[in-house]
Formats: sequence, C-alpha cells, structure tokens
Amino acid sequence: MIDDKAIIDFIYREAELLDTMQWQSWLDLFHSEGRYWMPLEWQQQDPVLQPSLMYEDLLLLKVRVERLAGERTFSQKPKSRCHHLLQAPRIVACDVAAGVFKARTSYIYTETRGDLLERYSGWASHDLVQVGDGLKIKLKRLDLVNFDAPFGNIQLFM
Amino acid sequence: MGKHASDRRSIAALVREAEVHRDVYVDPEIFDLEMEHLFPNSWIYVGHASQLGKPGDFITATIGRQPVLASRHTDGSIHVFYNRCPHKGVKIASEPCGNTGKFFRCPYHAWSFKTDGSLLAIPLKKGYEATGFGDTQANEGLSRVRNVAIYRDFIFARLSERGLSFEDYFGESLSTIDNMVDRSPEGKLAVMAAPIRYMHTCNWKMLVENQTDTCHPMVAHESSAGTAVKVWKREQGDSTETPMAVQLYGPFMSPYEFYEQSGIRIWPNGHGHTGVANSIHSNYSDVDGYLDQMVAAYGETRAHEILGEVRHNTVYFPNIMVKGAVQILRNFIPIAVDRTLVESWVYRLVGAPDKLYERALMYNRFINAPTSIVGHDDLEMYERAQEGLKSNGNQWINLRRLYAADEQPDVTAVINGTSERQMRNQFHAWAKFMTMGMDEHTEAAQ
Repeated sequence: MIDDKAIIDFIYREAELLDTMQWQSWLDLFHSEGRYWMPLEWQQQDPVLQPSLMYEDLLLLKVRVERLAGERTFSQKPKSRCHHLLQAPRIVACDVAAGVFKARTSYIYTETRGDLLERYSGWASHDLVQVGDGLKIKLKRLDLVNFDAPFGNIQLFM
Repeated sequence: MGKHASDRRSIAALVREAEVHRDVYVDPEIFDLEMEHLFPNSWIYVGHASQLGKPGDFITATIGRQPVLASRHTDGSIHVFYNRCPHKGVKIASEPCGNTGKFFRCPYHAWSFKTDGSLLAIPLKKGYEATGFGDTQANEGLSRVRNVAIYRDFIFARLSERGLSFEDYFGESLSTIDNMVDRSPEGKLAVMAAPIRYMHTCNWKMLVENQTDTCHPMVAHESSAGTAVKVWKREQGDSTETPMAVQLYGPFMSPYEFYEQSGIRIWPNGHGHTGVANSIHSNYSDVDGYLDQMVAAYGETRAHEILGEVRHNTVYFPNIMVKGAVQILRNFIPIAVDRTLVESWVYRLVGAPDKLYERALMYNRFINAPTSIVGHDDLEMYERAQEGLKSNGNQWINLRRLYAADEQPDVTAVINGTSERQMRNQFHAWAKFMTMGMDEHTEAAQ
C-alpha cells in the first residue's frame, strides 16, 4: 500500500543514492519508460518541441552512468561529487486506485569537482507509478530557478 | 604599457605560417585589442529578423564589449543602435528581447525615442532652449550602427567605419546560410525560443577552432559518443530501428578516413567549413512527407541538390558557427581572455514537419548544452589547454598538419578533411582584422 510516507521515503532514498554515487541503484528506480527532464523555459509544457537542458530516456541515462566510470572520460578526472538538500516533499497526488503518485520537492543541489563548487536551486517533480510493492519513476522533472542562466558543466544528476 | 599595445608588427609576429603564439589565448592585453580592433572591424551576428516579428520588437546583443540593440520600426525596417541613452548613457533595453510598443523610453529621465532611434521627447524640453542642444549628438537620438546587413533574415553589423563590405567580407561563404534557409519549403527560418547558454572558462578562439578540428571527435568523444554506441549495441534487443539519439551521437565516432574524405572548404577572410563530400549529418533517417514538400516547392532536381548539401560546421569568422543540416547557429561571445559565453540557437524550418525541429532541438541539447556529455568532453579539453598554455616550456601552438609551403592566404580551396588549414586560414584573418587601421589608430591616439 503506497501512502504519503512511502512517496516521501522514496524521494529521500533517491537523493541518497545520487549523493553516494550508487548510480546503478539509482537507474533501477526508473520505470522502463521513465524520463528525466530539465526544462529550459518557465513552466514549460512540451519537452519535445520546446528546448530543454535534458530530456532523456533510460537508454540515455545508462549511457551517462556508464560514461562516468569510463577509462577515457577525461571530464571525470578528477571525479565530480554531489549533494542534495531537500525540503520536505509536498504530495501532489496519492491516488492508489488510479496508480497516480506525484510529489514536488524544493531543493538546493551542489555539484563539486576539483576545487570548484557550483550550487543550483529549483523544484523537483516526481511522477511515480507502482510496480509490485514499490514505486518507479515515470518522470523526474527538474525546474531550475535560473534555467536561463549560462551554466558551466553540469555532469551529475539533480 | 603591455607587451603588444597597438603595435601592428608585434601583433603580426604572434602568427607564423603554421604556428601561433600562446599570447593570443592567454594574454588579457591581446583580448583587449581584439575587443578594440578585431570585433569592430569584422561583421558580427546580431540576431535573426524572425525575432523582430512586429513593430516595436527588439533584441539586445553585444559586439565585442559594446552593447547593441536592434529594433523593428513601424514601417517594417530593422535598425541597429548602440544600447545607450544619449543623455547619461543608461542602457535603453536590458532584456534579451521584448516589445517596446511605439517608442523606447529611458528608465532614468524618461527621454524617449522612436523605434528608428530618433529622439521623440524629453521631459521639461524648455530647459534645453537656447542651450545649443540642437547641435549635440544627443539631439540625434540613439547612436546608430551604420553598417548593418540583413542577409536572408540574418542580421549582421560592423561597428567600425573602415573594413570590408558585407559582400566582400563573406563572399561565397554565404552559401551555407543559403542552404540552411532553402531547407525550409517556404524558404524561411524562424527563431521560436531562447538559446541554450553555456559558459566556457577558456578563450573564445579555442571554440571556433574546434568547429573544424576533425582529429578530436574519435579521441575526445570516445567517452560520450563511444559509450552511446556501445550501450545501444548491447541494449537494443530485437529492435532494428536506430533511435534518433543514436543517429546523432554515432557519427562522432567515425574513423579518421571518414573525416579525411569528407573534406574542408576554405574561403577568404577566415571562413570555412567541414563536410564537403559528406558529413556526420549525411545519414539521418528521412522524415515522412518532408522530401515531398521540398520537391513540390523547388522541383525534383533542386530539392535533391539542397538536401544533398550536408555541410558539417561552417565557421563565419570571427565568432559564429552555422550547422545548416540541423539548423543550429552557435555564437561564441567573448567575455574575458579566459571566459566565453556560448549561445546555441535553433531555427525552425518554416513549413517543414515538426520532426525536423524536434531533431534540431535534440541535437542542440545533446551536443551544445551545459548538461551535454559531448560538451563536457570538449570543455574539459579547452580548460586543460587554457591551463597548459601557461607553461613556458614551449610558447607556440602547432598548426602544421598538412601544411604546404606554397599555401596562399585568402583563397577558396577544398582540401583534406583532417587538415589544420582552416585554423591557419582563421589566424591569417585574425592578424588581418586585428591590425586593420591599427597604425592610423596609434597616430590618432597620440
């Protein structure tokens, strides 16, 4: 039985997997048709015919994860690390009958590599579905407060 | 006084026939001279006319370090101004784009200007009576950039009064813009959204050079494109249809022979392009209905001619790259000697199927975004170069690949696709436009 607490625990667990660089376990949280989306417009509606910073399916996310460990991935020498500071997720939908679970979480994300440290702020929206006893990510949407700013490399996952 | 000042000989000595001194990438004084000479002497991309659809629409841009403003006037004409109020210098427009209505109004003292730049009104106008105001430059309104060219809706400006005409400056290189526009069944492009922006902590020229560097993809992008191909081969299962993503990544891993045969074409004044015979854009899947639209618009022969032109990267010296086959323009905007803002624009082919726009947007975020793994590969190399060039062990950058002693500057030629000749071509142009009028300038300053 999925309840508010199960959704919140899932979101904290996801951030923990990213912060501890357990990439494979993180990928396992995604539904086979899951998407990771970082819009480039305010309250963007369309990930396909409007520009985005990222809009990736599981195959592309696997490419990223595999690349992070690559022998010739020079932009990961030295490696990046990340830290998620999450506000308590707000449950937007928890409809067990319909299988619709949504949450919105305000966050501060830090990515560091070598002597550099970059901070980003935004809102994460999770669209989750029940698979077996657990939850899977159908869509993780990251809306940055300054989506239109010129960033340097963002190499890990918010 | 620095090492180089505005000394024509000192600047010219930084560029040898097939070597370049590291100062051109790391010396802040050279950067200042580029802002003072190279950018004003060159034709610089300001924006696209489709961003100025209605009267009152405006866009802002920077040429070198100078803020400019382009607007659509009530009669439909497009004007480019220096973005400063003639009163106290306040920037008139602070946003990347917008609509100002019937007039621009300075937020400081409410001086207002028509959308052709002329002075409309000043509050308390009486205070200027009998002051000689009528004879001042301020009375003329917003200072106009006089050398403006709009070529198939691409707006270019040259700030300096000296220099080559637009046609002499770009010449045959405009054929890449022609091809990109012709790919629309209506012969029209449209900017639909803001660009992807990416800050690079390196010199702007490293980016420009990389556009025609064909010996790095299979090396630097093994980590991104190589991994994409590997994962796809392993995971595709029973599916035979290559997804669009793999079509975009895959060709980056083409072998040296592919790039050698693709060829590079150079033009005078530092322009040139990779992908003459074929390119990494050659083998994308057809999009349903598009060819029929093109044939209907242009006829069978011409339609195939347009779509058969698959140029990879066209460098328009000094600081943009156009990729006609996926409708992208990258603007390498210099911020400091070791800082460059990259704005990557996607144009929509007016009248063409959505799928082509979808592919162009996908290419842009896969390759040109701060979240792009291909972008990460490249930027890592630029940053390492910016650091490595501090070394005194060797102060010269070697561009001798496929150099011939009888090479002529400012010619049109098609050459081996792995040549560094286009980079030599760019540096010849760099020295030319850096020093153009420099002696006169030095005298004037004395």
